[in-house]
Amino acid sequence: MTGTPDSPPSDRWNAGVLPYAQMGYYEPDYVPKPTDVLVAFRISPQPGVPPEEAGAAVAGESSTATWTVVWTDRLTAHEHYQAKCYRVDPVPGREGEYIAYIAYDIDLFEEGSIANLTSSIIGNVFGFKALKALRLEDMRIPLAYVKTFQGPPHGIVMEREYLNKYGRPLLGATTKPKLGLSARNYGRVVYEALRGGLDFTKDDENINSQPFMRWRDRYLFTMEAVNRAAEQTGEIKGHYLNVTAATMEDMYERAEFAKELGSVIVMADLTVGYTALQSMSRWARRNGVILHLHRAGHGTYTRQKNHGVSFRVIAKWCRLIGVDHIHAGTVVGKLEGDPSMVRGYYDTLRLGTVPLNLGQGIYFEQEWGSMPGTMPVASGGIHAGQMHQLLGYLGEDVVLQFGGGTIGHPMGVAAGATANRVAVEAMIKARNEGRDFRAEGDTILAEAAKGCQPLQTALDTWGDITFNYESTDTPDVVATPTA
Amino acid sequence: MRITQGTFSYLPDLSDDEVAAQIQYAIDQGWSIAVEFTDDPHPRNFLWDMWGLPMFDIADAAAGLHEVRACRDAYPERYIRVNAYDASLGRQTTALSFIVNRPSREPGFRLDRQEGSDRQIRYSLQAYAAQRPAGERYGRNETPNGAGHPGPASG
Repeated sequence: MTGTPDSPPSDRWNAGVLPYAQMGYYEPDYVPKPTDVLVAFRISPQPGVPPEEAGAAVAGESSTATWTVVWTDRLTAHEHYQAKCYRVDPVPGREGEYIAYIAYDIDLFEEGSIANLTSSIIGNVFGFKALKALRLEDMRIPLAYVKTFQGPPHGIVMEREYLNKYGRPLLGATTKPKLGLSARNYGRVVYEALRGGLDFTKDDENINSQPFMRWRDRYLFTMEAVNRAAEQTGEIKGHYLNVTAATMEDMYERAEFAKELGSVIVMADLTVGYTALQSMSRWARRNGVILHLHRAGHGTYTRQKNHGVSFRVIAKWCRLIGVDHIHAGTVVGKLEGDPSMVRGYYDTLRLGTVPLNLGQGIYFEQEWGSMPGTMPVASGGIHAGQMHQLLGYLGEDVVLQFGGGTIGHPMGVAAGATANRVAVEAMIKARNEGRDFRAEGDTILAEAAKGCQPLQTALDTWGDITFNYESTDTPDVVATPTA
Repeated sequence: MRITQGTFSYLPDLSDDEVAAQIQYAIDQGWSIAVEFTDDPHPRNFLWDMWGLPMFDIADAAAGLHEVRACRDAYPERYIRVNAYDASLGRQTTALSFIVNRPSREPGFRLDRQEGSDRQIRYSLQAYAAQRPAGERYGRNETPNGAGHPGPASG
């Protein structure tokens, strides 16, 4: 391949079509700058397209290039604005797939705008004909660019201090059935779950303002429930009031009303878009309200291994956008999630520095500076009998959401909540006492259940329920134990 | 009612051995230990009275448990909690907080509603105990808050 700045082909500026690599988008000798945005793409070139040319094409189409030579490039310092594919590796065990590493100068991006960042990186290139498939695996956001984003309105540390809850995972539940309850019945479910021991309850992603329950009625009945539960327990309680709506004006109206009623938290769905989320994030920081994000819709582009955008990238964007909570997988529940990949998402959301770890699908070290962490939320098909696994995989700074596992309890919603709370406290206590809680989990739960009939009933009802399906999104590199 | 603030309020009250085990865990994490007490358990009252200064660099759990017992002796009818604090960069916050003493009777809270227009309600939570003057709130006269409570006993 030619096309490095030192040896441009003599016909570089002739009108017509030239391979992207020869236009300067492939530079194997390029040394990325600390301020570059680095991207790892999984590319599947069409037959006959060399992987370096495919990588160069992705670099070109996601930065300055179009399909033909344009003389107007010569009016710019074009080398500066050209993205550079600097490395292409075949993926072990996956024929026809390559990881292309591409560097983008920081000048290509507007400060503090996820919309702009994504319009560049995934704007046009995913429909590119020279590729059969394309997946955005990971990005290194340079610290200089990280610092142009607000980040989480409060973050994990501030949220805990705000809620006065320390040392254990927080517990939540999504109100069920998802659709159809009247506001009054909805408020009953919220009250029972919170007084029974949960910290949070939640609107589901598709609860907005439908004919069976308009948003304002839901907010009023829900906040009565939240405050009654606080009275019963002496704890701060919250319900994620979903402010997702058709327009920003509607979202602001709903959020303002939630704030006036004293709600500690509101939520939005990922379907509202990155710009709407950045607006909500600023609103949440300004008004002292925690912001929860439901990743509605993400499975359409995160799940397939060879095409789309990895969830770890979505997680990274959402921490920059600034949300305090984001759903990030459960490992053991009903939704997609390979354990090591989920660990990578959680690290991306919580750590100050995330080390390179191909076994977790992390292609670059990511430095977050002092940006607060986002609390991951584990939701979907989990129950009290899995508490040791959940704590083992997901750690302490997480919201565990037991929807069916609370509301479906045979003794009632409050009993379901109590079972979950007793299970999590017993597991934390045992861990802190030095017990091997992963191995002894069933015993620890059985001991705790002796003094708590709701927990015993939960274990009897769901103890054997697991969802053992193979994940589609798995790491290419599997860590082998060393002696 | 039973106030369920703190990490272990849904479990049976911790024995001294169990308290010591939690303190030891905190010490092993490099966290400092603080004992705090209050007669105003409103969930937004983070300013529980400090039983002396936080204990940094203590060698084992016995020293922490000693302070818990001393605080209990002085204030048997108040809420007492143990806080473990993580001073590491990126945390700098409480890491664990659990109640180790409760008044013999917990009267709980009253929820006040101020009804406004358009069905809006402003809620306010009041601890029944806090309606009485400090020091007279849980059935037994004690030294009022802030009036020279003893610091940590030596040893």
